[in-house]
Amino acid sequence: MTHSALTPTTAEETRDFLAYAAAEELPVEILGQGSKRALGRPVQTAHVLDLSRLSGVEVYEPAELVLTAKAGTPMAEIEALVAGAGQELSFEPMDFGPLLGEAAGKGTLGGLIGTNLAGPRRIKAGAARDHILGLDAVSGHGEIFRSGGRVVKNVTGYDLPRALTGAYGTLAVSTLITLKVNPRAETSASLALNGLSDAAAVAAMCAAMGSSAEVSAAAHLPEGICQRLGVAGEDRPGPVTLLRLEGFGPSVEYRFANLARRLAEFGPAERIGDAASKALWQAVRDVIPFAGSRNPVWRVSVPPGLRCRTDAALAQPHAGGRLLRLERRAVVAADAGRRGA
Amino acid sequence: MVGIAMPAPDRHVLERRDNIVAALKAIVPGEGVIDALTEMRPYETDALTAYRQMPLVVVLPETVDQVSRILRYCYENDVKVVPRGAGTSLSGGALPLADGVLMSMMKFNRILDVDFPNRAVIAQPGVTNLGITRAVEHEGFYYAPDPSSQIACSIGGNIAENSGGVHCLKYGLTTNNVLGLEMVLITGEVIRLGGKHMEAEGYDLLALMTGSEGLLGVVTEVTVRILQKPETARAALVGFPTSEDGGRCVADIIAAGIIPGGMEMMDGPAIQAAEDYVNAGYPRDAEALLIVELDGPEAEVDFLLARVEEIARANRAGYLRVSTSEEERLVFWAGRKSAFPAVGRISPDYLCMDGTIPRRELPRVLAGMRELSVKHGLRCANVFHAGDGNLHPLILYDANKPGELEAAEAFGADILRLCVAVGGVLTGEHGVGIEKRDLMPEMFSEDDLKQQQRVKCAFDDKHLLNPGKVFPVLHRCADLGMMHVHKGQLAFPDIPRF
Repeated sequence: MTHSALTPTTAEETRDFLAYAAAEELPVEILGQGSKRALGRPVQTAHVLDLSRLSGVEVYEPAELVLTAKAGTPMAEIEALVAGAGQELSFEPMDFGPLLGEAAGKGTLGGLIGTNLAGPRRIKAGAARDHILGLDAVSGHGEIFRSGGRVVKNVTGYDLPRALTGAYGTLAVSTLITLKVNPRAETSASLALNGLSDAAAVAAMCAAMGSSAEVSAAAHLPEGICQRLGVAGEDRPGPVTLLRLEGFGPSVEYRFANLARRLAEFGPAERIGDAASKALWQAVRDVIPFAGSRNPVWRVSVPPGLRCRTDAALAQPHAGGRLLRLERRAVVAADAGRRGA
Repeated sequence: MVGIAMPAPDRHVLERRDNIVAALKAIVPGEGVIDALTEMRPYETDALTAYRQMPLVVVLPETVDQVSRILRYCYENDVKVVPRGAGTSLSGGALPLADGVLMSMMKFNRILDVDFPNRAVIAQPGVTNLGITRAVEHEGFYYAPDPSSQIACSIGGNIAENSGGVHCLKYGLTTNNVLGLEMVLITGEVIRLGGKHMEAEGYDLLALMTGSEGLLGVVTEVTVRILQKPETARAALVGFPTSEDGGRCVADIIAAGIIPGGMEMMDGPAIQAAEDYVNAGYPRDAEALLIVELDGPEAEVDFLLARVEEIARANRAGYLRVSTSEEERLVFWAGRKSAFPAVGRISPDYLCMDGTIPRRELPRVLAGMRELSVKHGLRCANVFHAGDGNLHPLILYDANKPGELEAAEAFGADILRLCVAVGGVLTGEHGVGIEKRDLMPEMFSEDDLKQQQRVKCAFDDKHLLNPGKVFPVLHRCADLGMMHVHKGQLAFPDIPRF
């Protein structure tokens, strides 16, 4: 049960409140839009610090590849702004909305940093922690402090911005965040291999990742999962292994041909064009097949080589649907309840 | 010693030297403890050679257990420790202390695991940066961060400094390429962070350790990710009549969605020095020279080079050459890569600075540096990681002329103040060390530094690891933990109760 909410509009108000809460030794829940509130155990605190009004992009300089915005700025606003300049957050943050039974497109910059979001491109571009450059924050002692900078290369002092990323707001409350942005790929395509067993898929994905094709995402969707992605025209019933290529047109064509040759032993390569590829990867990113599931969804991170064993271990007790993404942080979301789905 | 002061040696520790040496010899047998003055000489400085200090004693452990026991001994006996890798720090990060044990990690020189399916290498900290690439290149892989000292610098030192290199705009700094660490805390505890997988639970201590300049722990094992080598690389050499034209060209390349593998700029004095030294065919009449290297699949490189050429011409490029062979590409780079020795030939000594600025501020900063050059009466040549705004002004001086080193340091400090004033930072990749320590308040407030010191205190409450580096003032940890507001004496008594 929460008793009250404070909705600061400035860093100073945030500081005053945290100094008060610290002096009174009262725990505080830190909230943006609450889009990821269902993660982990419910928090019960005397007070809620609602940052949703600490909002707005302060600086966006496409040529410098940097964006600075207040912590409560909606991600939808940021994503639309950078898309307008042909850029993106290249770590492709997932949208927890559908999985957690919330609306899609919610969430704030502060929440993204607090939870260190990433997406299928993590194998190439990293996560939020690889793109944060600096922040202003308020410590639990009620002190405003700044760390990092607004340039893409900086080793001045400890890397507090990166260390605070993924700390779920347990170390400090960010008020202003600077991120590195990147040019959005001109086009993309996915190479699909159909009907592979889990073991063959792992071998194919390892071969692809070890090639010079610059694969920017890799996923194996076991039987029945592709259908549940909800992407029109992409409703294969059998297992499908997806490898994404992004970049300038001629480069994507060239790498696709090379990769298809390299993976010839795994069967014919099917080409999925830009629009369908984007839709597929967004659905994979947001774990759409398990959206609305009442069963626990696990994310297990293992080295790619161990993935097969992990998968087999998870598959044994329940033969239900599994959604796999092969990455160094291989993702295995097991939805054990939906047998035969 | 000149401008920058180190903490006064603790007389009680100096008096106990014999005991300390004996204790270390009991932990590391044989020749692993060096206490003779002449033999300690190679350790008295790193690559910031203007500063020298003989350590209390040098120890070269060979096992993690020895590292742990040394640190525990030092912790229990209040003895300072300076960790050292290859000693290539440009900021004085490995400068010894008269009352401190210098711990060299260079006997940790083995590669422990090369794992191609997982695209990872596990190495001991004394392995050189290039040594990792050497271990995997037969399979077409490499380790991406490539500081210019890569032939000598150690991977452990790279972790300590969060090293960069010419390719980090596209491939990231050390922190983006490290997957795991084993390290020993000052108490002797051995901890492991991360692994071959990408996501670790809990706090991102790996991020804190990377770039912590030897103040938080001693790294004993490193796991890095390796990448498939790009299929090909070609470079364009572009000369501009003004640095403004060059700067605009860089901005336009990035605005076109192109992130080159490397993008380096040199100013007039640097072009002249390099051309005198290696004859790379650089245009001597250019005020700014840009090397743009595209790497990747051949089709992509050819396609993007054509775009870069268009952009360069639109920005008044007076000179433009595109490499047609690997030999030619290497010649393009030869001048840039030999910029330091080239400058060394026209001046007995030089200081290499390392600020980062927002790129749009380049013309203003270059103009400011010209004024500062007059003010301090010293010449300055500039090489510049243009893609990420990381400047390396080389300040030319003669250490044998009285007052010149001091003038060079004052010039350097003024340059870094200028970098901060235009929205940049003190150091892009060389670290704070002792060199920029006293400039930290230019960039950070007392409260900013307090948060950083709380991190230090969490790992090293006695301030025994590499003291005198990074922080201008180290507060006692007990002082930092205090709340300065107490119940009944709130700083903001009128805030409503909830």
